[in-house]
Amino acid sequence: MIDGGYLEKLSYITGNEAAVLGAINGDAECFFGYPITPATEILEGWIKKAEENNNLNYLQTEDEIAAGFAVIGALLAGKKAFTATAGIGHVLMQDPISMAENERLPFVGIIAQRGGPSTGTVIYSQQELNLASYGGNGDGLRIVYSASSVSEVYYLSQKIFSIAWKYRFPTFLLTDGYLAKQRVNTKLEKYLKPFPSSKILREMKDKPTHLRNCYGSEIEFANILKRNIADYKSLINKVSESESYKASDSKYLIIAHGSVASAAKDSVDILRNSNVKAGLLRPITIRPLDSRNIRRLALKAEKVFIIESAFEQFARMIIFKVPEIANKTVKIYKPAEGFTPDEIASLVNEKI
Amino acid sequence: MTKTIDKNFSMPKCFNERSKPSLYCPGCGQSIFLKHLGFIIDDLEIQGKTTLGIDIGCSLLAWNFFNFDIVQTHHGRSVPVAVGYKLSNKRRIVMSIMGDGGGYAIGLQSLLHAAFRNNPISVFVLNNTGYSMTGGQMAPTSIPGEITTTSPSGKDPKNSGKAFHGPELIKQISDNSAYIARASVSNPIMLQKMIKKTLENQIKNNSFSFLEVLTPCPTNWKTTASESFNFLSKMEKEFPIGEMTKNEK
Repeated sequence: MIDGGYLEKLSYITGNEAAVLGAINGDAECFFGYPITPATEILEGWIKKAEENNNLNYLQTEDEIAAGFAVIGALLAGKKAFTATAGIGHVLMQDPISMAENERLPFVGIIAQRGGPSTGTVIYSQQELNLASYGGNGDGLRIVYSASSVSEVYYLSQKIFSIAWKYRFPTFLLTDGYLAKQRVNTKLEKYLKPFPSSKILREMKDKPTHLRNCYGSEIEFANILKRNIADYKSLINKVSESESYKASDSKYLIIAHGSVASAAKDSVDILRNSNVKAGLLRPITIRPLDSRNIRRLALKAEKVFIIESAFEQFARMIIFKVPEIANKTVKIYKPAEGFTPDEIASLVNEKI
Repeated sequence: MTKTIDKNFSMPKCFNERSKPSLYCPGCGQSIFLKHLGFIIDDLEIQGKTTLGIDIGCSLLAWNFFNFDIVQTHHGRSVPVAVGYKLSNKRRIVMSIMGDGGGYAIGLQSLLHAAFRNNPISVFVLNNTGYSMTGGQMAPTSIPGEITTTSPSGKDPKNSGKAFHGPELIKQISDNSAYIARASVSNPIMLQKMIKKTLENQIKNNSFSFLEVLTPCPTNWKTTASESFNFLSKMEKEFPIGEMTKNEK
């Protein structure tokens, strides 16, 4: 646990530093990873902390597949373990994540999105939304958060451990290279009481734990999947969250997440200054989406703008949840490129 | 040692009786190995301290084989799971069991690096020269000329390499304190001795420990009992039995 004074000194920090500090405050104990831009500083930052604190463990593994499976090994022993990755490392990571989905393991990952497909760019995108949310084989069930500021990276890096261990679904935090690398004055004041971890392999001789992810019959496996889907549905209202900004009376509703939402918030003010009644809805959970709030605000608006640094990945998710808005929605996308507030304001102005 | 050999017609105490009879094919070498492993775990009295990671492929059939914690992972991934588990729970005796595909093809990278880092886990690779769960495809360990479903005219070493020698490779990069050996189910006395050392080296020396075990697969070899042992003898000529540790212990 870090004391307040220590945090004060470190308040001028990057998103990746915020992720390390948040994870430690979320009681994370163990990190496994492989260097990849723009997530590398989480590995480096964690190792630096681990050298100061004997309770923190780590291993730089041979690849992301091993990192993910070592996370699984550690959490089977009851440790709050996590990894951080990006891009093609995130692709490799789907192998262990699909095991975690099958066996309902509290896998935690921080994904600093970069451009793709393939090596793409090393800096920025929102293109790992689909992979983070739906990357496994089978009907994988995950919880995915998207942070839009460094202080939110700090806050959510604590929260993802509690959510993963409480609900026993793999849980992810999406950032991006801009967020990961920018250094800003950050208030590290939010503190959540961490949900405790416990041994999954319980070391009981008389009642051994036997975990498997392969089943002999369709019926046997289908029953497990049905139970998992029911569990997931029951957490949607408890976990899904979103932030709205000047949205309640808005005629033009912008829906964006992550860094784009951060720019869109400023563009709402720009638009309001020129008497355009704009508002912002920012999903904090990408999966599950806060469909109730999205539906409530989007149905009221005259026009909806879904803006993202990817090709319609986010738009597909939103419109699937509220199909009635399809005809009044303008989809604005710039795959692997960022948006400025002025740019969003003029893009909205052009379409109204 | 004689004490455990005498019990060969009984079952190890650490067996999970509810999982027996096991799902292994008649004549399968893996179930023979697991029985010997059970006897050694009884002998060392470590049932309450042991955790096992297994792959998919035929090794997944062992998911509830013993009365201690078992986790079934993916192909080639029981080693990194064991590495992460051991790092987080240093008092447990952690084992990984894989086939030759998991160990020497899809999971070789993790196996080599676990050996290279000297992670204190005991890894068993069961070599039957083929991919058995999927119906007898060629493996890195297939012997030149061996007919499999993906080498129907016999394994051509020009395209597919010769027979893969795992322990000999691992020896090159492992720490001096590692235990590395190859056994065969045809010699149960030596097999039990080597299983015991593979576990004891983790316990006493906190070092990487590795045993390859030559096992017959009559189902995919399409061999009778005597033909199976003939092929096992051929394997023993290709893959020499013995300990390959760097320092004599």
